[in-house]
Amino acid sequence: MTPLIRAHTALALLAIDPLLGGLVVRARAGAVRDAVMAAVPEHTRLHPAMSHEALDGGIDVAATLNAGMLTQTRGLLARDGVFVLAMAERSEPYLAARLAATLDLQQGQTVIALDEGIEDEGLPPALSDRLAFRADLNDCALADIADRPNWPTPAPLARVSVPDDVVDELALLAVRLGITSLRAVGFALRATKAHAALNGRLESVSDDIATAVALVFAHRATQLPADQEEAQEAPDSTPPPETPEGPPAPQESLPQDLLLEAVLANLPPDLLAKLHGTGADRSATGSGSGQKKIGNRRGRPLPARDGGNRQGRVDLIATLRAAIPWQTLRRRDAPHHAGPIIRHSDLRYKRYVDHSDRLLIFAVDASGSAALARMGEAKGAIELLLAEAYARRDHVALISFRGQDAEVLLEPTRSLVQTKRKLADLPGGGATPLAAGLMAAQNMAAQARRKGLTPTVITLTDGRANMALDGTADRGQATIDAQTVARALRAARVDSIVIDTGKRPEPSLSKVADLLGGSYIALPRADARSVAGVVASTLEI
Amino acid sequence: MKQPFPFSAIVGQDDMKRAMILTAIDPTIGGVLVFGDRGTGKSTAVRALAALLPPIHAVEGCPVNAERLADCPDWAGITSDKTQEIPTPVVDLPLGASEDRVTGALDIEKALTNGEKAFQPGLLAKANRGYLYIDEVNLLEDHIVDLLLDVAQSGQNVVEREGLSIRHPARFVLVGSGNPEEGELRPQLLDRFGLSVDVASPTDIDQRIEVIKRRDAYENDHTAFMVRWQAEDGMLRDQITAARVALKELKTPEQSLRDVAELCIALGSDGLRGELTLLKAARAYAAFRDDTALTRGHIRDVAPLALRHRMRRDPLDDAGSGTRVARIVEETLGA
Repeated sequence: MTPLIRAHTALALLAIDPLLGGLVVRARAGAVRDAVMAAVPEHTRLHPAMSHEALDGGIDVAATLNAGMLTQTRGLLARDGVFVLAMAERSEPYLAARLAATLDLQQGQTVIALDEGIEDEGLPPALSDRLAFRADLNDCALADIADRPNWPTPAPLARVSVPDDVVDELALLAVRLGITSLRAVGFALRATKAHAALNGRLESVSDDIATAVALVFAHRATQLPADQEEAQEAPDSTPPPETPEGPPAPQESLPQDLLLEAVLANLPPDLLAKLHGTGADRSATGSGSGQKKIGNRRGRPLPARDGGNRQGRVDLIATLRAAIPWQTLRRRDAPHHAGPIIRHSDLRYKRYVDHSDRLLIFAVDASGSAALARMGEAKGAIELLLAEAYARRDHVALISFRGQDAEVLLEPTRSLVQTKRKLADLPGGGATPLAAGLMAAQNMAAQARRKGLTPTVITLTDGRANMALDGTADRGQATIDAQTVARALRAARVDSIVIDTGKRPEPSLSKVADLLGGSYIALPRADARSVAGVVASTLEI
Repeated sequence: MKQPFPFSAIVGQDDMKRAMILTAIDPTIGGVLVFGDRGTGKSTAVRALAALLPPIHAVEGCPVNAERLADCPDWAGITSDKTQEIPTPVVDLPLGASEDRVTGALDIEKALTNGEKAFQPGLLAKANRGYLYIDEVNLLEDHIVDLLLDVAQSGQNVVEREGLSIRHPARFVLVGSGNPEEGELRPQLLDRFGLSVDVASPTDIDQRIEVIKRRDAYENDHTAFMVRWQAEDGMLRDQITAARVALKELKTPEQSLRDVAELCIALGSDGLRGELTLLKAARAYAAFRDDTALTRGHIRDVAPLALRHRMRRDPLDDAGSGTRVARIVEETLGA
């Protein structure tokens, strides 16, 4: 199935059964995507920056003032039919949750999400899980546009029947492909029925199931099934679905294998790459952008609020809206007042969601002979980064680890003066308690996050960990401890960079960097300027 | 509107179901937090709960579902003390709800058309004596969270606005669900939930098949399905009602108090709230099991529910706090 046919089939199935939720179209804007979108019926367009008011409705100021009675606007989400969510990869969790809640009501609305994301970017999972289908059109050629299948008159969906054992097959296949969400299996069952109806059949045939799993399971797979032997052992001895009028040939083989093939043929090309990664999916944070924070100066607008901080800008519309209900009452006290009567308590102030400041936590190895030089360069790098920090709103902190323990030398700050004073003389020498250093960095990262900063940990070291967390000089245990802490840091979704300043790259360090889910950079002669440059370019700041 | 999926028809997820039943027996346990994967039936369970709960008696027309006329707020202007049987309220607090919707505000319609100052009760009033459900609770706007924290603590909703000064009782069981991957919950809000449950997709293939089959039957063979499972729901409802009565008679031996305290110390859970909740939950559980006295077994069974979310995080333990609680319970209370 080519991606374009996937997309068209998905749209046709959605038209038959809206409870399939929707379709994610992953493609950059262009002729191919336009060709698919041309097949989408009349729709409501949404974009990620839409305000709560636009989505959920509110008081219509002009109409209310005119009519002298309350007029509400209907939010966009109250509309029927198809929603097209443009630039879906930019969606805030809030928008995703609202759309998810709308879909959960099962009122026949569907969502077509246009995902223009690159690499890890994508839809918030709360939403993508509720959309049955996905088509990746990035590699489609213009020549394929004409590829659009034709279907006979659909059969009535309500009368389509599916053999009993289909559910078993679907559930088993989902487990083998590592799909945990049960919604996926439900979608596959629905898609099977819808596909039968689409082809004018009242009873589903194996082709329907194969298409359904290809459309629903392929992009959800998180593992490839173990080899065939295991498949034989699986509790699956059910006969193939009986289909009186379906195509005869392919049903002879085991349906599981048949279905599996359908899925395998449709696996997204980057799946294997993803499977080789370790641990949790980190796409939710993504490096380069800080976490969200609410302020009153810039960012995406949020609903205006009264009181509190009177420094912000007054939101005129929201203020009028707050004042309207009182007009009749207030006019009694001031009958000759022209225009709306606004009181202090009506004032509403604008609020915005903004990206937060970043905190760069340097964890520097102060052990061994090269310690002094390394600390000096780290200090220089910190000062360089701080000097540019005003433009980027960065804070820095410094942790050193040596001997048995780690020590916070510089609490998070953006003051250059303070940094210079505090980092005047640095002690060095001793063993390398890498785990302790990482742990101190993690604690600081957690604290910083609570304050609304987005932490990044930069580790500078030249050697292998040789001091375990409990203070024993045990190389093996030290390595294990370092790796455990690295995994915890990754699970806490802290971005990190490991800079290896040793003369030769140290394999165990690149392993730690791997576990951290961060980048490993070998800089044998690290000076302040190159460290600052590497950090800046890796973080794209 | 279709009737919700019946509570007893939910396959597996025993922890989640048990936690919800316990709060139905003793609402003072203080709410349930359900955190977990997508597509595991979190929202289904909460919506099903509404149909399961025994009805309550409330004064007719009372905006806060008061039991007696004396408890009705005076601004409601209710004069008759006639009561009626109403289903236990389960109120949905949508993420997009404005502050006005939640706390209640001036009745705009009346103010504009009649120039009359009247109070229009919000969701908190509606949820009084019932449940307040927040899906994706971790994404709730901060100012709404602050407001809920205050009300959940005091049991009173206070609205002070130009010319309006309103207060009314707002005692409800808070039920929240969410997916931890999308955002953490503030510790203060976490603490307000009495019990917490981690849900995951069932790993057993037969269970998974059963889930889909029941869902399919619910959608396609609705009437027969509802008849079958509503009977089960009815039995469960009777059990809850009976347990509420039995709870008053239930004995709590000295040893149980000691066990609870020891367990909380061993776990290092913060504050006394954990101990109190654990005791209440264990008592409710014993009553549900139709036992006459609280035993160590009851405490052991509900300890993870009551204590899991009150522990300090240990970055080196990836097993999750649930497993840690289970391990320490085993060590402290023995098998």
